[in-house]
Amino acid sequence: MNRSRFSLSRLCFWLGIGFLYAPMVVLIVYSFNSSRLVTVWAGWSTKWYGELFRDEQIMNAVGRSLQVAFYSASTAVVLGMLASIVIVRFRRFRGRTLFSGMITAPLVMPDVIIGLSMLLLFVAMAQSIGWPPQRGLLTVWIAHTTFCVAYSTVVISSRLREMDQSLEEAALDLGATPVRAFFLVTLPIIAPSILSAWLLSFTLSLDDVVIASFVTGPGATTLPIEVFSSVKLGVTPKINALATIIIGVVSLVAFGSWYVSRRIDERNRAAARMAAEA
Amino acid sequence: MSEAPKVKRKLDLSRLPGGRRWVIGAPYLWLAVFFLLPFVIVAKISLATSALAIPPYSAMFEWAEETLNIRVTLSNYFWLLGDDLYIKAYWNSIKIAFNSTVFALIIGYPMAYAIAKAPSHLQTTWLLLVLLPSWTSFLIRVYAWMGLLSNNGLINQALMGIGLTSEPIQMLNTNFAVYIGIVYSYLPFMVLPLYANLVKHDDSLLEAASDLGARKWTSFFRITLPLSKNGIIAGSMLVFIPVVGEYVIPELLGGAETVMIGKVLWQEFFNNRDWPVASALAVLMIALLIVPIMLFHRYQNKETGV
Repeated sequence: MNRSRFSLSRLCFWLGIGFLYAPMVVLIVYSFNSSRLVTVWAGWSTKWYGELFRDEQIMNAVGRSLQVAFYSASTAVVLGMLASIVIVRFRRFRGRTLFSGMITAPLVMPDVIIGLSMLLLFVAMAQSIGWPPQRGLLTVWIAHTTFCVAYSTVVISSRLREMDQSLEEAALDLGATPVRAFFLVTLPIIAPSILSAWLLSFTLSLDDVVIASFVTGPGATTLPIEVFSSVKLGVTPKINALATIIIGVVSLVAFGSWYVSRRIDERNRAAARMAAEA
Repeated sequence: MSEAPKVKRKLDLSRLPGGRRWVIGAPYLWLAVFFLLPFVIVAKISLATSALAIPPYSAMFEWAEETLNIRVTLSNYFWLLGDDLYIKAYWNSIKIAFNSTVFALIIGYPMAYAIAKAPSHLQTTWLLLVLLPSWTSFLIRVYAWMGLLSNNGLINQALMGIGLTSEPIQMLNTNFAVYIGIVYSYLPFMVLPLYANLVKHDDSLLEAASDLGARKWTSFFRITLPLSKNGIIAGSMLVFIPVVGEYVIPELLGGAETVMIGKVLWQEFFNNRDWPVASALAVLMIALLIVPIMLFHRYQNKETGV
């Protein structure tokens, strides 16, 4: 085993990190370029941020996307939690294979297939039962919730599986009802994973362009669709400014949630230790 | 030894309000209606013909003059299989997906290995460093390469600056750009399962090998690499399957030579408004991906007991 500080794999790691971050750094630097030409440096300026915030079309799309992402993530986490309980705790029931297949398949299924199939479902449903009446944010919410359930389940179930079940058993032995035991013991323990699942679903929904393009309707353009149509025409500094804001917010939230979930973990572990000693 | 029989009480969720049926039913129903049923409809519409109507395809069942007419046609499939363009698109997608998976594996494996071998207090932070880019917008990361690879982009400027080339090299709108974009976007999905696998390896095996005189590289190829088979399969499937149907990257970074099936499906649907042909393309794509998806599913089962 190699324990030296400079090994080949470490060199590869840092090169890989450079590969992953260099384009983003360039993107951020050029968002402060005062020239309209993205390739010519003409001094520092924040005017593209001003232009971005004055762009009503983009700002409206941001609002819509945040709304859809919020609702999709919240629904997906609830369904994902139930699905995790089913997968981890109910070892045997009819249709289990199909169920676990429906959890894994959305993780890898190409977006164009999910988008197309969902749209055709909505069209067929509107034709036969008259619902959903029109395509828009509602249909985007359903579509996003569906693939986010899969991701939420993977995140939450891995935590639920690791969890020490004797804590639940202790609560039951002490006379708690199963419902109380679930809400007072199980839920707090899997809380960090629910938070990460929510954040993951939120970012996935905020990021999706292909599925939303298929299932959305008039007047419900989400941010990625807006960005995609402007990016297809070429590189503009306004998009660089938007990208910088997104990267900034994501980094903040990622480090924040990493910190919080570590704290919750530590607290839980300390509580468990105290309980064990007592 | 007289030990009181311990009463094992399990958290029995069937006693939750609504019971077991409700806990299983809610996610099951949602996925069945919104994930499974759509595929049935896609398969059905792939057997219809395109029509000037809303929605733009012919109905499968028609009730007229006390006769039930069922119209099913395989013409879309014959059309797809008879046209070189589509065959080429499928072949190209598989080739590009396969090659980029190999590139991602070559770059990702040492990275995952480095994280797994790092001191344990550093591992989470390093992993976060790798995963962070994948949480920022996918679209924006592809967009970043548009600026870098264009003819007057930073890379060409640098190449000309150091005198390697006198005029810009065409990189944007080529397959090269598509490969860069794919490997760049999907690298974190390769690293994560590889790390999850490598971190569980028992170091004592390597110590035993080295005690028996094996060299570092020998023990890597004979112990670590075979043991990480599951991680390699999972990472590769996480890259290969979605890339086969990738649309955004070939659209933004690729050129006329980059014919990929996701792009063709998109054009059939949005530009030609031929829903039945788009559906048939989707059905054939699923047929192509069903084995890799099952492989991935089996890994998930093995690794996590899903």
